[in-house]
Amino acid sequence: MLGRGGAGFPAGTKWGLMPAGKYPRYLVVNGDESEPGTYKDRLLMERDPHQLVEGCLIAAYAAGLSQVFLYIRGEMPLAHERVAVALNDAYAAGYVGKNILGTNFSVDIVLHWGAGAYVVGEETALIESLEGKRGEPRLKPPFFPAAIGLYGQPTIVNNVETLSNLPWLLVNGAQAFTAIGTATSPGTRMVAVSGHVVRPGVYEIVNGTTTFRDLLYGDEFCQGIRDGNELKAFVPGGGSAPWFTPEQLDLPFEGKLVGAAGSMLGSGAIMVMDHTTDIPTAALTLTRFYAAESCGQCTPCREGGTWLERVLQRVVDGRGTHADLAQMMEIGESICPGAFPHAASERLGLAATPFPYKMTTICFVGPSAYAPVHSALTLFRDEFEAKIVERRHIPVSIEAVGAH
Amino acid sequence: MGRGRAPAGGGRRRGPQSRLNEANVILAKEIIGRYPKARSATIPLLHLSQQQNGYVTNDAIAHVAELVGATSAEVLGTATFYEMFKFEPVGKYLVNICGTMSCQLLGADDLMHHAEARLGVRAGGTTADGMFTLEHAECQAACTEAPNMQVNYRHCHRMTTAAFDQLIDDLAAGRLDGEIPPHGTLARIRQQIPADKAAGVAPPDAPVEPAWMLAPEATS
Ligand SMILES: Cc1cc2nc3c(=O)[nH]c(=O)nc-3n(C[C@H](O)[C@H](O)[C@H](O)COP(=O)(O)O)c2cc1C
Ligand code: SF4
Ligand code: FES
Repeated sequence: MLGRGGAGFPAGTKWGLMPAGKYPRYLVVNGDESEPGTYKDRLLMERDPHQLVEGCLIAAYAAGLSQVFLYIRGEMPLAHERVAVALNDAYAAGYVGKNILGTNFSVDIVLHWGAGAYVVGEETALIESLEGKRGEPRLKPPFFPAAIGLYGQPTIVNNVETLSNLPWLLVNGAQAFTAIGTATSPGTRMVAVSGHVVRPGVYEIVNGTTTFRDLLYGDEFCQGIRDGNELKAFVPGGGSAPWFTPEQLDLPFEGKLVGAAGSMLGSGAIMVMDHTTDIPTAALTLTRFYAAESCGQCTPCREGGTWLERVLQRVVDGRGTHADLAQMMEIGESICPGAFPHAASERLGLAATPFPYKMTTICFVGPSAYAPVHSALTLFRDEFEAKIVERRHIPVSIEAVGAH
Repeated sequence: MGRGRAPAGGGRRRGPQSRLNEANVILAKEIIGRYPKARSATIPLLHLSQQQNGYVTNDAIAHVAELVGATSAEVLGTATFYEMFKFEPVGKYLVNICGTMSCQLLGADDLMHHAEARLGVRAGGTTADGMFTLEHAECQAACTEAPNMQVNYRHCHRMTTAAFDQLIDDLAAGRLDGEIPPHGTLARIRQQIPADKAAGVAPPDAPVEPAWMLAPEATS
């Protein structure tokens, strides 16, 4: 079971990282869903809260977790209400709380409210926030939450979708689960496809085998690009992910392959752009997002993100120069030194630069402000060039002026 | 009701109602009791104060600090980190229009222009009658239903300019009072943990191995 929160880390391995014999251990459920393009955890919380509650109980029972905190993004009141009803019913029925079903298994699930801050979705920031502080990510390594987390205790942070898979897994068994998908990417996952497709929506796909082409063009999925338009580009894994073009359509949902091709599967969010899309403007909406969401701890993210946004805005507004384009790449270099991942392009004669990248920041918000700019500039430089004003020389002769 | 309306003179509303009222103090203590450390209740209590007053007042910050055992500066430091806490009165309805990629691709800019024209305020502004505050917002986890907006964080999917006008008319006429509470009220249904059903908090300084790990019992 690979984590569905973005990093794709194996859940079982994470649970096994807790130091033996150290108690109490906590479970923090990450329901902060706010990565651009991502829409699945809210759906799971609103439409099937009982499944999530069961998943929390299974995790707590299996890993010896003494208390569960279910952190739901503040801007999702309906999810709060639905999960609250599910929990209230479960307490009344004796499924959650003290001596569950008459056994010695006792655990509380506490519903917690967020208050609007994207970076809080990062697991160490989530813990800080749950401790009543500003949601600023902690430096890691050395200490991952499984070793030192909430109140300094071993803490498992898992995504809502990850935990929602557990009831099915337990009922049907690991064999049934691994029979779906591939050996390295078993099971199904939920993906949200938005933007210029005929039938945008949240779909359940088979890991490792379903391809982007199946998803974007398949009858049971998105049924192609709207108005019979051409596909220009798509973001394959949430706003932080480098972009793909039609050349990458035949890649399956397999983390290693997508990583080698220069992007990531991330949070299962695919944003589709047809040929009418103004690429620099589309990139700006993402860079603006990450610049606004910087927590301000790291200079390259705080300053670099804002700077990127301003320069890009200037270019989009038609006031940019050629030097601005070079400058954006330079700012990116200060956030992510060295080669930054991007897709291959036959049209441009470019080979792919694979994941991962180096970074000078604590978390991925800084690099994420750069990712859309880097992809857009690498794959669609002509569109930026077209927005540049040619600053011609003023036709005045210096000699003539001097001779006056 | 004009709950979030700025008082004449634009000053902040002061007075006893800025601290949590008696009923909310009882609720606050119940919420604090669910956490191993009281300070963890900071955000839920700030929401509670915002539900009571429409925004987070200085007095409420001081009161929350007393309740969770932190300083006012610590609570203020936390509060200002989060987008949802407002420190000035806002409209009864907070209208948040998403402008992130999926919504931008499907017309968020047009929706925002229309909203500004219809409400007669720029993004960030509040209408003169104190009814609506318009804000530019980021991804609302509804991207497949773009373009999206929220009113007091209730989602409105696949918005059109006509649907926007209808929504504003309905809100102004009070036709949606049952569905959309005034700004500050987050969830209308709260979690209840009956005292006799609670497993109890697991304090970090009480290193107890859970009973079921020591002696697993089969459930029937
Ligand atoms: C800036 C940032 C934002 C994140 N936001 C979320 C989020 O909203 N929800 C989520 O589950 N994981 C998010 N993550 C990933 C978490 O840090 C963490 O990996 C995840 O919750 C672990 O759960 P999983 O192993 O079940 O996937 C984010 C990571 C970063 C760096
Ligand atoms: S990268 Fe940005 S958001 Fe992340 S810790 Fe540094 S400043 Fe904060
Ligand atoms: S981009 Fe608008 S809801 Fe996600």
